[in-house]
Amino acid sequence: MTALGDTRQLAYIAGQASDARVNVELETEGMTLNIGPQHPATHGTLRVIVKLDGERVVAAEPVMGYMHRGYEKLSEVRTYPQVTTLVNRIDWLGSFANEVPFILAAERLMDVEAPPRAQWIRTALFELSRIANVVLFLGDMGVQLGAVTPVFFAFRDREFVLNQIEAVTGGRFHPNFDRIGGLKDDLPKGWIEETKGVLGRIRTFCDEMEDLVTGNEIFQARTRGIGVIPADVGLSYGLSGANIRASGVDWDLRRDGGVGLVHDQLDWKVWTHPDGDSFARYWVRLQEVREACDMVDQLLDGIPSGPVMAKVPRIIKVPAGEAYVETENPLGVMGYYVVSKGDLVPYRVKIRSASFNNISITPWLLEGTYVPDVISILASLYFILGDIDR
Amino acid sequence: MIPLSSADAETVDAEATEEAAAEVASDEQRDALVAALADALGDGLVESHVEPGVDVWVRVTAEAWVDAARALRDRCGMAYFGYLSAIDWMPSPYGRDMDAQVDLTAGDGADDAADEAATGGYETGVAGGDTRFQLLARVHDPVGHVGITVKADLAGDRPEADSWIPVYPGADWHEREAWEMFGITFRDHPNQVHLYLPSHFEGNPLRKDYPLLARRVKPWPGIVDVELMPGEDDEDEAEGDES
Repeated sequence: MTALGDTRQLAYIAGQASDARVNVELETEGMTLNIGPQHPATHGTLRVIVKLDGERVVAAEPVMGYMHRGYEKLSEVRTYPQVTTLVNRIDWLGSFANEVPFILAAERLMDVEAPPRAQWIRTALFELSRIANVVLFLGDMGVQLGAVTPVFFAFRDREFVLNQIEAVTGGRFHPNFDRIGGLKDDLPKGWIEETKGVLGRIRTFCDEMEDLVTGNEIFQARTRGIGVIPADVGLSYGLSGANIRASGVDWDLRRDGGVGLVHDQLDWKVWTHPDGDSFARYWVRLQEVREACDMVDQLLDGIPSGPVMAKVPRIIKVPAGEAYVETENPLGVMGYYVVSKGDLVPYRVKIRSASFNNISITPWLLEGTYVPDVISILASLYFILGDIDR
Repeated sequence: MIPLSSADAETVDAEATEEAAAEVASDEQRDALVAALADALGDGLVESHVEPGVDVWVRVTAEAWVDAARALRDRCGMAYFGYLSAIDWMPSPYGRDMDAQVDLTAGDGADDAADEAATGGYETGVAGGDTRFQLLARVHDPVGHVGITVKADLAGDRPEADSWIPVYPGADWHEREAWEMFGITFRDHPNQVHLYLPSHFEGNPLRKDYPLLARRVKPWPGIVDVELMPGEDDEDEAEGDES
């Protein structure tokens, strides 16, 4: 073999080897990425295991249970008035709204109706907790995409709403104020005027969000066309609230549910968006905060006079029967299936919380998306861990 | 309030349902729903209960469980999946665990449970029931604004049921929850593993015979709250004193 032949052969081998190296570098192996349970984007302890091919998600599997508190079991050994203390802690950002469907279910079984004044105040607090809850979402959505300012605005302005809730109920986060047959107490003096001032601040906050976030090019690029949920898929997974209205489904239990709140006596509209993407979910929630401000305004003007508590026995025994009551809570449809055997304690309470169903779509939704979008899609679905784990 | 369905109404066909409902009051939307289900399922529909203007329950056989879901989705417009869960109708052998005087004196809970089991049936709720475990699911029509609760009796102590996932994919996690909490196995479920509890957890916590350990080791002080406070006026409380 000549020297020339050797050199050629060496060059050939070297060429093959470098090709192979390039191939090895380009062909990425699958990788498993563990997001959470301690991750800022998870609002608690949701853990998402994503299998990646490069930047693309092949499969995503949320893991829950880090905050499971067993409320359904605990409810079976609590009297009816004691259960509200538990359910308060399901969606901790809109606590008062958690109590309402349970109380309504117990009232339906007992054939008790709260007096008109209690119903109006109840609805006002229900909407105020929606504002306190969703305002935080509007700020948080920005921070997930790298815009830090909105979340400071959100925490600042939410505090005013929480102050008003605290002034009535005594608790910023856990009011425990709703009672079977009405409310624990009447409104404090001067509260209506103060609340109107707060509503003004929230409206300003919404305008600020519109300026800061909604029109922002980066925000639009990161959310428009990302995480699209078609209406029929969303419904079959049980998505509710703003998540499903952002897919164009015109369905809101405040208008269509007909339970013991007074939304039907107010002048308001249900907002929907046809796109079904992350941006639509953000946009619908922004409009709903504004709508909720208008609702509270009307409620404050219209509160009738009278007692805030119906005549109910002090020791509450609920007649045997079953009732399912669901309401349009800040995170979506929340319902309680209450089975009573005529005792002081419920026989069985099934808690249907909104975030559980809203997040159950993530394995379907995250497949094929890119890693950075995982965070923005999770943020746009807007879940509270307590509302998933119960 | 809600009348419990009579146990003698074992099989209700579409005609009888319509007649019964017409006697009480008219709720055309919910009656039509029951009629459509009776038409689709035939003998699969065991019992139904319409509370006019409020709600509707149906009980189907375990064999018709998935057919019921399909009929509700395709024929009744129930596009929205609410939840899926179960009820354990066997009274708790531990009583109601409230540690009140009435609990300590009114006989042992275990006896009650044994009595009910001996008489060959449990006291069940709306739309009846024959077995200890009952599946419970809720679907909703977001256009017609009506929802329906579907129940199905499951035989045995380790019951099995068909999975709703082919009809409502959202049932996946709910079935995992029912599996770990009640021990109900769903056939053809793609991923029947623990949802909330650690993977080595044994037992089914929402079964009535699963003890709540916190109550076993320490008496519950909360019941004091519903007893009369000293010096409180008894006349107002007359209604509640029966306990």
